[in-house]
Amino acid sequence: MCKYLNIFRVNPCGSLATLLILALLGIPGSVTAQTTATDQLSGKLVITGASTLAPLIAEIGKRFESLYVKVRVDVQTGGSSRGVADARQGLADIGMVSRAMKDDEKDLHAFPVARDGVGIILHKQNPVQALTDEQVVAIYTGKITNWKDVGGKDAPMTVVNKAEGRSTLEVFLHYFKIKNTDVKAQVVIGDNEQGVKTVAGNRHAIGYVSIGTAEYDESQGVPIKLLSVGGVTASTETVRNGTFPISRPLHIITRTPPVGLAKAFIDYAQSKAVHDIITQQYFVPLAD
Amino acid sequence: MTSLRSNTLSRWPTDELLCWVLRGTATIAGTIVLLIVVFLIVEALPALYHVGLPRFFTDPSWHPADGLYNLTPMLWGTLFAMTGSVLIATPLGILSAVFCHYYAPPTLARPYRRLIELLAGIPSVVYGFWGLVVLVPLIAEIQPPGPSLLAGILILTIMILPTITLMADASLANVPQQYLRGAAALGLPRWATIQSVVFPAAKSGLCTGVILETGRAIGETMAILMVCGNVVQIPSSIFDPIRTLTANIALEMAYALGDHRAALFVSGLVLMAMIVALVLAAEWISRGRVYG
Repeated sequence: MCKYLNIFRVNPCGSLATLLILALLGIPGSVTAQTTATDQLSGKLVITGASTLAPLIAEIGKRFESLYVKVRVDVQTGGSSRGVADARQGLADIGMVSRAMKDDEKDLHAFPVARDGVGIILHKQNPVQALTDEQVVAIYTGKITNWKDVGGKDAPMTVVNKAEGRSTLEVFLHYFKIKNTDVKAQVVIGDNEQGVKTVAGNRHAIGYVSIGTAEYDESQGVPIKLLSVGGVTASTETVRNGTFPISRPLHIITRTPPVGLAKAFIDYAQSKAVHDIITQQYFVPLAD
Repeated sequence: MTSLRSNTLSRWPTDELLCWVLRGTATIAGTIVLLIVVFLIVEALPALYHVGLPRFFTDPSWHPADGLYNLTPMLWGTLFAMTGSVLIATPLGILSAVFCHYYAPPTLARPYRRLIELLAGIPSVVYGFWGLVVLVPLIAEIQPPGPSLLAGILILTIMILPTITLMADASLANVPQQYLRGAAALGLPRWATIQSVVFPAAKSGLCTGVILETGRAIGETMAILMVCGNVVQIPSSIFDPIRTLTANIALEMAYALGDHRAALFVSGLVLMAMIVALVLAAEWISRGRVYG
């Protein structure tokens, strides 16, 4: 606090502008972890990245804070790409990435925490029970636009796509080998819940969301259903054992080999002690 | 200003102090706006430099991940949603204020006004959620897909209605009583009084109301994001989904990096330019006639 007051006294305009810009950007302050070598961990851990992972890491962070009272864990979202960029530039101590690591990201140290699957969802009243990969591609590229062409009722389809930059979109496009420029969608959504609500509110919609989200909402009575892909049922079980094809690992990453506080947190996030949190968040813990 | 400055009272120390405090607050308010504009420009510069301004209007589509940055469909989306909602909300709002003032019995007028104030206080995300679970499925029954320009216009109308109603209500209340009594003395019927006495007298307030509601219609984000479908295209009917500039920023900002991020700041700049144009147009229309 004193430090800030000093800055104000020396250069009021500069710090006001900085504060304003920081507030507008939502960029975390440049405060990085201060770890001490003592047995009691303390300091602040800034974690940024994938929005898929953020609620999970935030929950793990809360439990970690209750174990080490002097530790603060600050979790911010911004997508996997931000997770990678922030970890690389040192803006964050740990980055969150909700996909497999790319080849040009080999310089980073990645630690898998859980798995997530992307499932295709339809409205519960839609008579269509399964779609082949080719049919999904044809639907998303606008070659099939009516449900009667895939064995459903005579009704135009509402194709729900995700906004650019979301890792769910990347996983989906990567699996079906479609380019986003070729996708002909009627609705573009942001997060998973919005996708579930859109499909639940439209009997002729098709969309894709994280299986964890869809399975949970389905169990809560939301009128949606998950389609199987390549004959494999979409469920947390098939995601865990790796048989479900459209699934992805969830990583937390660091630039340098983790030490001190970051290492303690990563070890904790990978330990069995957080499996209940992972399940609560409808992700799939890794097999031990 | 001149008359104030030459006033002998201003030599009093308290007045001097007040003067400086007011200057200070005015400077802060002005500086914040300027800082935001400067910030927008600085953040947008990489995109303007790498991509160039013309490409934001001539590229084949908006696919920032593939280096395509056409903002035109979103500009149209914003314009259509704004125009539609303002066209519906303005007569509705002004007429309901007229009803409230000159036709409704006082026992009805008071609760009615409270109701409109309540409407103004509901957060936009609630409207959006209502639109998503009620309005959009209804529209989908008429004409799929449901999330559409129409849904956006309807939601925006409901959201800006209290702005124009309350502004109109306030400006009608400010019409001097003498005018009304004079009109009554001339034996003018109620509607003629309203049309040719009240409206001209209240038009500056009504104009301000229209500008405010238009500003709100342009700036609204969350509700629009939830009901409009967010497909980047120029709509060919009111049942087509659209994406507005504000929704574009909200939808993609969290996940944008590099030129994509800068391109979103360009959409912010375009939005800013639209509002400047709106204010200038309002100034020009009303110059010397309404405020003068």
